[in-house]
Amino acid sequence: MAQTILHKAETRGHANHGWLSSYQSFSFANYYNPDRMQFGALRVLNDDTVDAGMGFGKHPHDNMEIISIPLEGDLEHKDSMNNVAVIKNGDIQAMSAGTGIYHSEYNNDRASQVKFLQIWIYPNKRNVEPRYDQLTLNLADRHNKLQQVLSPNPDDAGVWIHQDAWFHLGKFDKGIDTEYAIKKQGNGVYIFVLSGEVEINGQLLNTRDALGIWDTDRFKITALTDAEFLLIDVPMVF
Amino acid sequence: MNQTQILVIGRHPEILQTVIRLVNNNPEWNATGCITDEEAINVFKIQEFTLVLLGGGIEEQSEQDLCVFFRANKPDIKIAQHYGGGSGLLSAEIYEALR
Repeated sequence: MAQTILHKAETRGHANHGWLSSYQSFSFANYYNPDRMQFGALRVLNDDTVDAGMGFGKHPHDNMEIISIPLEGDLEHKDSMNNVAVIKNGDIQAMSAGTGIYHSEYNNDRASQVKFLQIWIYPNKRNVEPRYDQLTLNLADRHNKLQQVLSPNPDDAGVWIHQDAWFHLGKFDKGIDTEYAIKKQGNGVYIFVLSGEVEINGQLLNTRDALGIWDTDRFKITALTDAEFLLIDVPMVF
Repeated sequence: MNQTQILVIGRHPEILQTVIRLVNNNPEWNATGCITDEEAINVFKIQEFTLVLLGGGIEEQSEQDLCVFFRANKPDIKIAQHYGGGSGLLSAEIYEALR
């Protein structure tokens, strides 16, 4: 029988650094909640807003698969592999920190905030060679259907990472439903609602609510209003 | 104040320095950093640690050998993997390991 865990939006951690407002689904930095450590291999889901002209200075990472999904505005990325890129709404960026990298992320716009999701997945292999990948997605491909934006396979749709994880984005009109089949036995799915209201197996979710579901092979999602959501399909044991 | 002594091992010198700095931001913790297995073993022999944090770049065999050594010399030693390289996970990893 399917097991679920509901994380209402208002139960997330929150850090306000002035230039950065970060809502944290799981323990991160000064937010520590032993009951909110991870969902399987999903360790970080930060819902960040960066003020105009501000950003994250150069800082290191290792042994983590780091995915950024911009929701509004443009974010400039620079890293120690000499990648310089701007990611914007409609893009997805994946970085395997592996043996170690440095990077910075800035909102170079002097007038507008940047909103983006910062997602960290535990890798299935430590100390891999660092790598960076970025893709511009076709927004029409998620209208009333699920668009795969990340997988473990370099030849599959979307970016790829070192973990048996799949991400899908959906932008559904009111009343549209779909069934999602979990990609791999032993995986669970963390559904994060970006906007609107959805129902999953009888559970109502509002904007920024999340539902984790596992011990099942499929579930149904219904958009109760126009809604956007992200499905994060990850191993529960890794 | 009795600080919790934490041994941090990692192969990347700059990341190791970052991890040490972040651990030491908490006045209740004190970090000692080592890059090589030999350094880690030597310092473990002369200092009393509560927790070992295994950072990035440590080869699998080294990690196994180090864990065997640490547990043989201090059976109640807590050993935790550090992911992310001096990241937002560090404090939670330490709190969880010390629970």
